[in-house]
Amino acid sequence: MSARADIIGDVRRALAGAPPAPVIERNYLAPSTASTGEVIERFIERVADYQAVVERCDANEVAKRIARAIPQEGAVVVPAGLSWQVPGAVEDTGLSARELDAVHAVVTAATAGIAETGTILLQHGEAEGRRALSLVPDLHVCVIREDQIFAGVPEVMSQLDPRRPTTWISGPSATSDIELIRVEGVHGPRTLHVIVVGT
Amino acid sequence: MTGTFVGMPAFPAAARDALDNAQLRANLDHATSTIRAKRAAVVGELEQWEALRIAGAAIKDDVLLRLDDHLLTLESALQDAGAVVHWARDAAEACRIVAEVARAHEADEVVKVKSMVTQEIGLNEALAAEGIAAWETDLAELIVQLGDDLPSHILVPAIHRNRSEVREIFLREMPDAPPGLTDDPARLAEAARMHLREKFLRAKVAVSGANFAVAETGTLVVVESEGNGRMCLTLPDVLVSVVGIEKVVPSWRDLEVFLQLLPRSSTGERMNPYTSTWSGVTAGDGPQEVHVVLLDNGRTRALADEIGRQALRCIRCSACLNACPVYERVGGHAYGSVYPGPIGAILNPLLRGVGSSDQVDSLPYASTLCGACYEVCPVLIDIPSVLVNLRAQVVDAHRSGLPKAEAVAMKTARATLSSSWRLALAERFTRIGLGAARRFGASAWTRSRDLPEAPQESFRKWWRRTGGRP
Ligand code: SF4
Repeated sequence: MSARADIIGDVRRALAGAPPAPVIERNYLAPSTASTGEVIERFIERVADYQAVVERCDANEVAKRIARAIPQEGAVVVPAGLSWQVPGAVEDTGLSARELDAVHAVVTAATAGIAETGTILLQHGEAEGRRALSLVPDLHVCVIREDQIFAGVPEVMSQLDPRRPTTWISGPSATSDIELIRVEGVHGPRTLHVIVVGT
Repeated sequence: MTGTFVGMPAFPAAARDALDNAQLRANLDHATSTIRAKRAAVVGELEQWEALRIAGAAIKDDVLLRLDDHLLTLESALQDAGAVVHWARDAAEACRIVAEVARAHEADEVVKVKSMVTQEIGLNEALAAEGIAAWETDLAELIVQLGDDLPSHILVPAIHRNRSEVREIFLREMPDAPPGLTDDPARLAEAARMHLREKFLRAKVAVSGANFAVAETGTLVVVESEGNGRMCLTLPDVLVSVVGIEKVVPSWRDLEVFLQLLPRSSTGERMNPYTSTWSGVTAGDGPQEVHVVLLDNGRTRALADEIGRQALRCIRCSACLNACPVYERVGGHAYGSVYPGPIGAILNPLLRGVGSSDQVDSLPYASTLCGACYEVCPVLIDIPSVLVNLRAQVVDAHRSGLPKAEAVAMKTARATLSSSWRLALAERFTRIGLGAARRFGASAWTRSRDLPEAPQESFRKWWRRTGGRP
């Protein structure tokens, strides 16, 4: 017998005489009473709580803010579909991991954000870039539009395509493995810089 | 009652030395109380917390009670997404599959994301026997691996080591450790970053577990903090994920429940720094060869236990460890398993079966039945009831011939457990529970309880002498 047949058979035997599956009640879905403005403010406050840099600007200021966020020296990479000009940046043409390791900063767009948890989501399309891009460089500048920010986790789920790879980012990488002392920056970008753009 | 009544010595003997180890106790005290406070703060923030717990438990029950359907759905969704699906009945089979994938790519090393299940199956040792090095990339796992040590906590496996011990381990075992390395945690983390970066960049094969596997979409989920998970899941050409069959959730939407419950219960954060989800292979992004090993290794045995099967809801958040007065005093090693604490006290006997080893049989006694674990569990696992039921099974297994009166009584009790039953049984059958049960009435059920007297043989000595086996 194959392992598959054995396991499925064992599952069925284990469940012989078991009660029917329960009804799943989703009473946690409390409609949010917060205004759009409050949702954005909460997002900013909670991203900042994770020791990320976060700033807010109008659409016409984005390029300027990006230019200020990236280092004067050192290579910067951007995904091919980024809507903003980043002076001196190279476009990702499938750089190897080693090549990316020599890059200092990356600028990407976001797919969505969650105010309740201060989370940014990337689904790694044209404007967010493939996964390695926002992982290997030490500084990640992420631009998110206000209309991409949702109140809570349930609200954002239906915005996402489950078949796309998705990265949920809540602050810079961190560890508390030594005496529970939080250290920002282990393997992922040690600095996360979020620019929230008004719409 | 003999000296080895129902296998009791194993846990208490191990607990004894742990109680003698002042450093360990200080570390544990600090860690568990810090995490408890953080958890309480972020849980208190969510008005809908109880509704989330109820939904989380119900979703997992749905998974378990229709596990065959969900597994077949998961398998076909994974295959549609380009993943190769393997099934493994036990640890040896799972290890063999992973080794074969590595060998097919002529890899003599793999990078690993922290995963309980690969520890459970002893994957690192099995790969080493095949000449394949498995590099742990989580900082705590790295400390444990370099120190040739054992993990002592689900979430912070090196909780028993302080900073100066970590520094010593790094200087001794890491050829590329910076010479002037101090014991500042930030410097230690940086040393680990440099040490592992090269391994990430050159790795061809990565091994992960998964926190969740979405049946409907074939999506696997890894929840982490450091970014080592993202490195492993993204940079290598080949990814093998070993997934316990109970990790399934039915639909994508169900993640909205667990991604709220898990980080708040686990690290006490609103959200952990990184969560990665992926479905099979994505062209031009990440590993282009993706394997998923669906592992039984005792899970169907646990599933067959009517009262015990709820343990398979566990999302490994470790809140029950941090809440447990016994764990807080003795630490994780005393449980002699990769699954320590209250969940370990039920999961190990359920996965491995009662009556096969005194060590496993002693675990249901590693509790005062105070109920603190149940109160914090995000998926409402009634650990005390399962403990009591397992004690009855242990008693049965250790009697030959006709069951004696107590065993019969306990059997009957399985169906109708109540607080007073728990107390009565605790009083009767455990020395640990004895003091507590005498001191408190059932009304004081959730108050913290007293703990056993400090013992004689040192844990390290005991471990060296017995290797964890009684
Ligand atoms: S039993 Fe509950 S509290 Fe303990 S680790 Fe599992 S989910 Fe968390």
